[in-house]
Amino acid sequence: MTQTPPLLRETPAQTSGPYLHIGCLPVTNGLSHVYDTPLPIEAAHAGAKGEWITLQGSVFDGAGDVLLDAMLESWQADAAGLYPGQAGADPAVSGFARFASDGETGAFSMRTIKPSATQGPDGARYAPHLALWIVARGITAGLNTRIYFADADNADDPVLSQIADPARAQTLLAQPLGEGAYRFDIHLQGDSETVFLDI
Amino acid sequence: MTDRLIPRDRASHPVLTIPEYRSSVRRAPTQPLLSMGSTPAEEHGPRFGHSLIGPLDNNLILNWTRGDAQALGERILIHGRITDQHGRGVPDALIEIWQANGAGRYRHVKDGYHAPLDPNFGGCGRTITDEAGGYSFMTIRPGAYPWPNRPNDWRPMHVHFSVFGHAFGQRLVTQMYFEGDPLIDRCPIVATIQDRSQIDRLVAPLDMAAAKSMDYLAYKFDIVLRGKRQTRFENRLEGL
Repeated sequence: MTQTPPLLRETPAQTSGPYLHIGCLPVTNGLSHVYDTPLPIEAAHAGAKGEWITLQGSVFDGAGDVLLDAMLESWQADAAGLYPGQAGADPAVSGFARFASDGETGAFSMRTIKPSATQGPDGARYAPHLALWIVARGITAGLNTRIYFADADNADDPVLSQIADPARAQTLLAQPLGEGAYRFDIHLQGDSETVFLDI
Repeated sequence: MTDRLIPRDRASHPVLTIPEYRSSVRRAPTQPLLSMGSTPAEEHGPRFGHSLIGPLDNNLILNWTRGDAQALGERILIHGRITDQHGRGVPDALIEIWQANGAGRYRHVKDGYHAPLDPNFGGCGRTITDEAGGYSFMTIRPGAYPWPNRPNDWRPMHVHFSVFGHAFGQRLVTQMYFEGDPLIDRCPIVATIQDRSQIDRLVAPLDMAAAKSMDYLAYKFDIVLRGKRQTRFENRLEGL
């Protein structure tokens, strides 16, 4: 039996600071000519199978003020519950989206197709969701959470079912507004503090 | 086929808030993070191809002017290797960087510092690691700058790094500092990392072996991303 070498420690995170748009969203922040090919930051493209939805919301701090400098990234499966790279996955679904709080209003909005439930190698069923990652000035290390859907079958989801307080589990549910729109606000602190994940 | 990610060691990372970093006080979750093993959502992730990257994308001295004129400042090479926690190189990892110019000013609508913009400097760069996980950027040394926090707080010279591995759960944003900068130990953002040895991981040493005579200095910055758990399968190691 060979000895397993010790694991290296992960490089520590640091805050993105307030000027992350320069590096991560140059096209919409006055640096559009630097790269010939912009990073693909739309989760789904024309021809994608499934129901098109719009997720809209804001990120709130502990004083109830909206963040104007947050950047969000989402990662999701397609309408068959497959992640890009998996056999049979929809080629029109990249799965990855990057979007930001508006610098004046704090509102964000992203358009994608609604993911279906996914299955783990152990057979576990995960209710339809998007993984969400949030950075901003004052966030010392990127925060992970998830967007589930209030109008989906969320029974026995392995993540939601670990949240003991039903009121807190509600913070991960996007609320339907009709016509494919959903509201998902993120509260960093306070009575409605979003559940964040160490996952 | 995916493997579980190694759980994050929270002691390797910053605490969520310290009072000395004012912006963190109202932006840090107060409830404990819900801790659990990775799931398919974290074990898969977006992949980006080398065709995305243009020839000047990793050259911040030239990319703002498309090669017509050089940015002002001390010319440096930043290079290193991205590995996982097992020490294996991570190929095809997208790295995006951004930084202030040589005078300590960002090209951003909300940066009101009165140091001048450099007409030849934008401040962003990107690259994708090679087969061994290696990467490099040519840039200028960013200036230190004052920021609204405590009275007379200054950020040490730094470059912001955003890194993708192969799994969404490996996502990392961090900052690289420069060996010998006396402002590092005065910076409350640095101090959110409470393990001194982990702070040292972010301080790139001067690397004269990679510097070029009469041209540029070099700094070496290696990055370790979360690894995947190794499982033994027919007496060989599986995993990333």
